[in-house]
Amino acid sequence: MTLARAEQASRRYGDVLALDRVDLEVRAGELVGLLGPNGAGKSTLINLLVGLRRPSSGRVELNGRDPRDPASRRQIGVTPQETGLPGTLRVGEVVDFVSAHYPDPVPRGELLDQFGLGDLARRQTGGLSGGQRRRLAVALAFVGRPRLVLLDEPTTGLDVAARHTLWDAIRAFHADGGTVLLSSHYLEEVEALAHRVVVIGQGRVLADDTVDAVRGIVGVRRVSLVADDLPDLPGVVRTERVDGRLHLLTTDADELVRALVTARVPFTDLEVRPTSLEEAFLAITTGDTPSGDAPTSTGRPITAAAGGRPTTV
Amino acid sequence: MQLALVHARYQLLEIIRIPVAVFGSAFFPAAAMIFFVVPFAGDDAVGATYATASMVTFSVMSANIFQYGVGVAEDRDQPWNPYTRTLPTGPAPRFAGRVLAGLALTYLSLIPVVVIGATLTAAQATPAAFLLALGTVAVISVPFTLMGLAIGYSLPSKAAIVVAQLIFLPLAFGGGLLSAPGEAPGFIETIAPYLPTRGAAELMWAAVGDYDVEPLALIMLGVWVVLLAALAGWAYRRDEGRRFS
Repeated sequence: MTLARAEQASRRYGDVLALDRVDLEVRAGELVGLLGPNGAGKSTLINLLVGLRRPSSGRVELNGRDPRDPASRRQIGVTPQETGLPGTLRVGEVVDFVSAHYPDPVPRGELLDQFGLGDLARRQTGGLSGGQRRRLAVALAFVGRPRLVLLDEPTTGLDVAARHTLWDAIRAFHADGGTVLLSSHYLEEVEALAHRVVVIGQGRVLADDTVDAVRGIVGVRRVSLVADDLPDLPGVVRTERVDGRLHLLTTDADELVRALVTARVPFTDLEVRPTSLEEAFLAITTGDTPSGDAPTSTGRPITAAAGGRPTTV
Repeated sequence: MQLALVHARYQLLEIIRIPVAVFGSAFFPAAAMIFFVVPFAGDDAVGATYATASMVTFSVMSANIFQYGVGVAEDRDQPWNPYTRTLPTGPAPRFAGRVLAGLALTYLSLIPVVVIGATLTAAQATPAAFLLALGTVAVISVPFTLMGLAIGYSLPSKAAIVVAQLIFLPLAFGGGLLSAPGEAPGFIETIAPYLPTRGAAELMWAAVGDYDVEPLALIMLGVWVVLLAALAGWAYRRDEGRRFS
């Protein structure tokens, strides 16, 4: 059963196309990571799905209804990207306020304990640390016993311990049958939680696949050097020559360097750098001749950005 | 309706936790009572009653212009506000809650003026007149609530504070609130009927005393309500369109 759906959804802000014909389906019981660099369109997609914004074209649905219809939001919980809690209200009051909107809310104490906020119920939110505030903002998404939670970069600004507390809470919710859509620009976070990853870049769905498959793609390294002619090298996804330097994008930099050395290619000024998520994806998806062995789990090329419908697992 | 009360309750809580914000709108009319009304009209029962009613009008005006003008503009800056729109309810309960909370705070801000009027001056009102005045406060809140909403929804918070400060004093003086009925300086008597403060004050005077309202001021008050409602409605829709469409 599909809990949230976007169908060819586009969103334009003035001249900026923030989302470009995005297709996404989140089915009951899934834990989906929305991965992409800042400005990729993750928050815009979430804002469309929770009814804060209307798509410029295309459709979005929650439980088969328009998200702008309040009834469609009865079974979702949301944590926005920005933590804006009313500073003068106490933690317990904020929870009570949100609870008042749901028929069968989680009792206040139980919710706060689950998110490690049990001792803070009487504190004003303005006096909390950034991490505590963030945890409260995430906890609020779970107050109404939702079937689906949409978390927009839930762990931004948290230290390692707080991040793990949150991850545990999200995992527990999912283990109980809950559905999660969470955005992040950390591959690590998506790896730790999600089973399915949707990669967004420049407003488009670039890939929609298993965590393993996506890890292979974003693990791309850039090997650059000065050399004349190169033999065929293993694992090169893309080659470009800029100002006399050769840039090779590869999924296995170690193997590539070994091959360069064993082939006794004369080269100078070798550099190996990780690529950003964006760079890795754009290189692969907009590359004029992406090699056929792009490392997806199933061996099929990732062509969503070329205008095709994204593949789903 | 239940939810509107919930929203009103938490908005009141938010404001009352910063008591200065509540004192703010009560202070100026209370100070005007002490400095002008008590020494100059304190002994004259009729004059003191009218003057107290004028200060109540003043208080209603400043409380509404500030709490809606500045409050709404500040709320629009906060990410909490869009968050509440993801809860399973439309924008109506939050809006209704805001108006209920605003009305409650308006009555709260009147307490100092009324207490000073009752204890330090000869002002008096029969219980019936007092109840009528309480109801009149809700009626005359309407134009100033709309004025505040128009400011709050059309301006960023820093500009809203300035505009609210710029308009509330001229409205008070120009409407003749700082003089006895009919005794303001000549040019003020001329312009007063055209300002919303005057129509509001006339209604208050008529509630507590034997005062015949001037039809022109009442007609203009109606015109102001229509104009301000249109302006507030336009600003609200524009803001909704910018942030939620």
